[in-house]
Amino acid sequence: MDETAQFIDFCINILFPALADGLMITVLLVLITAPFGIAFGVLLAVGRVYGKSYGNWICRLFVGFVKGCPLMLLLFILYFGLPTVPYVGVTFDAFTASIIGFICCNSAYNSEYVRGAIISVKEGQLIAASALGMTKRQAIMYIVLPQALRRAIPGLSNEFIYLIKYSSLAYMITLVELTGAGKIVFTKYFEPGVFFVVGIVYLALVTVTTVGANALEKKYAVPGTQKR
Amino acid sequence: MDLFSVVAEWFPYLVEGILVTVGLVASALIIGACLGLPMAIGQVYGSRPLKYVIGLYVWFFRGLPVLVLLFMFYFTIFPLLNLDLDAFFVGATVLGLRGAAYQSQIFRGAIQSISEGQMTAARSLGMSRAAAIRTIIIPQAVRIALPGWSNEYPNILTDSAICYAIGVAELLTRTSQIVTQTYITMPIYILCALMFIMLNFAGMRVIAYLEKRVAIPGFSGGGQAGIV
Repeated sequence: MDETAQFIDFCINILFPALADGLMITVLLVLITAPFGIAFGVLLAVGRVYGKSYGNWICRLFVGFVKGCPLMLLLFILYFGLPTVPYVGVTFDAFTASIIGFICCNSAYNSEYVRGAIISVKEGQLIAASALGMTKRQAIMYIVLPQALRRAIPGLSNEFIYLIKYSSLAYMITLVELTGAGKIVFTKYFEPGVFFVVGIVYLALVTVTTVGANALEKKYAVPGTQKR
Repeated sequence: MDLFSVVAEWFPYLVEGILVTVGLVASALIIGACLGLPMAIGQVYGSRPLKYVIGLYVWFFRGLPVLVLLFMFYFTIFPLLNLDLDAFFVGATVLGLRGAAYQSQIFRGAIQSISEGQMTAARSLGMSRAAAIRTIIIPQAVRIALPGWSNEYPNILTDSAICYAIGVAELLTRTSQIVTQTYITMPIYILCALMFIMLNFAGMRVIAYLEKRVAIPGFSGGGQAGIV
């Protein structure tokens, strides 16, 4: 009984304030990354489906590289690697490096969902649009993407949830976010409950996001095309 | 050239890291499949409490970042159980348990895609439920699940790099060791990235080969179209 009281005391006085600071960073990371991730994801997808030679190749190479190499390695390259490159030598702080790494990763995976959605829009629609005198760009912007993005919402929200989870990797390049805050408290006090509390916070984040994503999916579904 | 001699000197060390990474991924995939398939069967055909427990397991392991799971098991759960496990075993176990949660959903989808009529037909031929599941449902479900299952491999491969955080001597850990020893940063990171991409590519080829091997003629591999 005493131990429980002690643990609650520990949580209120030490763990929660530390985790609150970490949670702020995690939420910031996710909220800054997500819009850029979606925007670049759409660009990459359009490049991969409609791009001509160079653009197409660059998009493919980028997606292949980012999906093939672990995110942690990408973060190491951005944070430890880039400053050592002669002449270029850009130095990022941990927060910026994490954001850039996450945007790369997020947009590469998003582009897969958007690409699938673009392909699922019938080709006849593009032909019809050009028959109406639209340019290819207009047709993509006003005909294909509005449909494709709606179909991509389940995938994009899935990727958003992944983003919440892999934002923990920022700790590996010294950024103290939620996981990092928990780890620091743990190494200081050796309280075994710490990671369970951290876990509960993540589960809460993910569960709330899932519920929100399902609502969003329902709201933006094209009427008459919902899955039954 | 200095760079070349350094790379040549450390290359065997990196190659050993590849073996550790492959070991991690292989054991995680095997643990995941061995637990994931029974869990999927339980979730489709089990009693209500069993379904609930499996659902909870899946929610837990899918909702937490790998990093938090690794910390949780390595620093808290296994020490509380008085198990002094090697970091490699902890890494493989965590990736495996997490993989089981994801794989169970892949297998569950496959089982549910087989029409219920087959079960009814098997029962009317006098088969027991268990026999029908074992000899009718599973052989088809596993083959249907293969394309989805093959996506597990790149995911676990990139996730295996996170075992760096608990000090498993896999590819990324060795890479950063070499970087701190030699002060050669970028070339070593790029080499590591290429090794991961190569592993990814090679593994996908092996899986594609397996997919072809187990396909039943006339029962289109991967396409659900053939199954009524």
